[in-house]
Order: sequence, then C-alpha cells, then structure tokens
Amino acid sequence: MKLTKKILLLAILFLPLKAGAVDIDMQEYLFGHVGDSYGWHITTIKGHPVSVNLPVIVRSKTSGWHCFSSRHISEGETYEGFRIAAKGEAHEGKLVEVMPSGELVKPLDISITKNVAGLMFNSLLVVLIILLAARWYRRHDATQEAPKGFAGVVEMLVTMVEDDIIKECVGKDYKRYSPYLLTAFFFIFVNNLMGIVPFFPGGANITGNIAITFVLAICTFLAVNIFGNKHYWKDILWPDVPIYLKAFPLMPAIEIIGMFTKPFSLMIRLFANILAGHVMLLGVVAVVFLTAELGAAMNAGLSVIAVFFGVFMDVLELLVAFLQAYVFTMLSSVFIGLSRQEPETE
Amino acid sequence: MSLVTPDFGLLFWMTLIFGIVFFLLAKFGFPMITGMVDRRSERINASIAKAKEAEESLARLSEEQTKMIQEARAEQNRILKEASEARDQMIAKAKEDARSQADDIIAHARVQMEHEKEIAMRDIRRQVSLLSVEVAEKVIRKNLSTEAEQMALLDKLVDEAAHLDSKNS
Repeated sequence: MKLTKKILLLAILFLPLKAGAVDIDMQEYLFGHVGDSYGWHITTIKGHPVSVNLPVIVRSKTSGWHCFSSRHISEGETYEGFRIAAKGEAHEGKLVEVMPSGELVKPLDISITKNVAGLMFNSLLVVLIILLAARWYRRHDATQEAPKGFAGVVEMLVTMVEDDIIKECVGKDYKRYSPYLLTAFFFIFVNNLMGIVPFFPGGANITGNIAITFVLAICTFLAVNIFGNKHYWKDILWPDVPIYLKAFPLMPAIEIIGMFTKPFSLMIRLFANILAGHVMLLGVVAVVFLTAELGAAMNAGLSVIAVFFGVFMDVLELLVAFLQAYVFTMLSSVFIGLSRQEPETE
Repeated sequence: MSLVTPDFGLLFWMTLIFGIVFFLLAKFGFPMITGMVDRRSERINASIAKAKEAEESLARLSEEQTKMIQEARAEQNRILKEASEARDQMIAKAKEDARSQADDIIAHARVQMEHEKEIAMRDIRRQVSLLSVEVAEKVIRKNLSTEAEQMALLDKLVDEAAHLDSKNS
C-alpha cells in the first residue's frame, strides 16, 4: 500500500501529466507556485483571477526608468514597450523590452515581484517580532522578572540559538557575531514558516529561492573572511603539511576552493531543502486534481490519501523550517568559529 | 533554468531588505534581549552564590551556637562544682573555728575554775587555820590550867618539833 502510494507520487512528480478533465500542465503548475512572478496571484473565482498587483520597476537603456502596475502586463500585453516574454522566447517569464526592430532586450529589472513583496512582508514580521519582544525588556527590569507569553517565546528561541549554537560554535568573542547569526536564524525561520502558510500573504517561496540564499551565504562568507584571524589565513595559504604539498600549491588551492564551497553549500542546502519541500507538497496536492478523470471513487480515495499525505508533509515541513534555520545558523557559527581559532600552544 | 540562476532584482531587494533588517535588529533588537538575559543570568548566579554563602554562614553559626552552649554548660558545671567545694570548705572551716573557739573557752574556763578553786581553797584554809588557832587557844586555855599539863604540852611540842626536824632533814 505504501509502496504503491510512493510509486504513484513519483509518477505524478516526474511526468508532465495532462489530465483530461482538468488540463494541468504539471511543470507550469509547479514552477508557477515555487517561482517568482510580477503579480501575486491569490486565487481564481469564476474564471477571474484575484491577484495583488505589484509595482514593476525597470530601467531601459533607451528610455530610462519606468514604473507601472503589474496589472498592465498580466495577460501578456505590451505596456510602455514592455511585456513578459512568452514561452519559448528569450528570457522566458521575465519582463523584456520590445525594441523597434522586434528584438527582445532584458532591461534592468528591480520590480517588486511576488517574492520581493513576500520578503518585505516577512522581514517586517521579523522586525516586529523582535522589536516587540525587545520592548518588553525596555519596559521591565529583566533582572527582576522573566518575560511571559510572546516575549517569553522569543527569549526562549533567542537564548536557545545563542547558548546552543553561537556560544558553542563561535567561541570566545561570540558577542560580535551573535546579532548577525540571530538575525539570520529568525529571518530564515520566519520566511520558512511563511512559505508553508498556503494563502496570502504567505506561500511565497522565499527561502527556496537561490537569490535569497545567495545573499545569506555571501553574508556568512564576509563574516568569516573579513574577521578571520592570522591563524586562519595561515592555515589556508601555508598550512602545516609537508613542503611538497605547499610548494606545488595543492593544499592552498584546495583550501581556497574550500573558502567558497562552504558558503556555497549553505546556499544550496537551504535553497534545495525548502524548494523540495514546496514541490513535494504541491505534488501531493496535485493528486487531487490529476486523478479527477479516473472516476469518482478513485478520485475520492486518492484524495483522502493525498490529504493525509499533505498533512504529513506539512508537519514535516514545519520541522524542516526550523531545522534548516538551525542548520544554517549552526554551520555559519562553525565556519566563523574556525576562522577565529587560536593556534594550539605547544 | 530560472530556478538556479539568481535574479538580479531579487538580489538587489534581498541585499537591501536583509541589510535593513540586520541593522534594525542588531541595533535595537538582539543586543537588548541578549544583554538583559545575560544580566539576569548573572544576577541569578550571584543570588545562588549568595544563598550558598548564607547557608554556609548559617551552618557555621549553628555550629558556633552549639559550641557556645557546650562551653556555657561546662562553665556552669565548673562554677557549681567550685561553689559546692567552697561551701564544703566554708562549713569545714566554720566547724574548725567553732571547735577551736570552744576549746579556747573551755580551757579558759578551766583555768578560771582552777584559779577560783585555789582562791576558795586558800580562803577555806585561812578560815580553818584561824578557827583552829581559836580552837587551840581555847583548848590550851582550858588544858594549861595546871602545871603538869603545861609541862606535858611542852614535851609534846618539843617532840613534835624534833620529829618535824628529822622529817625535814
């Protein structure tokens, strides 16, 4: 039973199935949900899409800055010389400028897309959560009492991250790094959780987007390498290995590659985990629609299974949301700790 | 694939937004919370240390107290013993004194009595001698009315004197 379920699931995930009754392009369905878009589609009521229009901000090389609502381009129309590149064209799905020659040129695009909007909302949430909790400390004498309720939860998380991860992994001057690491933890955690919320303003796949994890990884990379001590750099450029491994710079080359693979792994780990979680959930939900043509009984049976599986996946994703934030923070702490290591005294 | 190529717009916004979030939280958020938590845990540690100290000093105090009680008891015993000794001594001394005084008085009384007795004896003796002289006078007056009798007496006296001389010699 379990095996058949798995096989079915795999079949659904990997085949661009075209159901007869409800024609679903699996690829479009998945990428539409986990990818970025210019408008924020919420739902469709009676054939009319209900969506939040977001500002499109582009700079054309020929005509300068343009700023307009995504409403004008949502159906593939051309507005002020811009339109979303259709399937099969260059820069598919992105805003392109239609040149007089008919050539499609990608402008400098800093539009507030769905992901940017979600990012803004979630960031606001993070800031509010932490600052509201911090306000409690401003208003109370924390040496006399411990916070309850909301501030208590935040304090629990903060002290957990600080005591279990940052102090353990970074070492003695952890205080310098703790604001960054805590920010990274809460930022990733809240964005992960909001990604699981299926309706507006959640549901945007933010930490499952490589641009986001790229910036986070760059921050860790900078924190590691800017404040790395002499011992760290010596270990990279002139490690304690036999001279023939250093003269022909094999070890330094490996170490320098290692400098970049560490944050690279951070970037890929977070991105891939969250993206995979979203895809799995979407796949499970898709079962309900894909089995519609198999008849009422089959559809109902599989839908029940899909719902159970969906609940399971959702709970799993809750765990993953926390775990990935934890892992990112912990590995960043470990990398920073390695760059702050003092040479062993002999 | 757009999934694995970072989009420029998103990179731009992410850098900006994350920068702002980091700035706000690093300036107003986390240091506040962690600082306060650190201060609280410091205070708790200090309080625990203080409580431990207080407990120790309390234990020390009770030890001292027991020691003091023991000492006081020993002192009490000592004083009581001393007092009873002193009492015994005093009683013994008083007895001794009384006895010696009584002896003195008795001795004195005896001496006095001897003295009185002597005086009385002397008095009696004198009276007796006076009486005997008077009696002798009367006897002699009556007896020496004749010559013969006078002679007899003389003889007797001479005898007696001779006897007394021989006795004395």
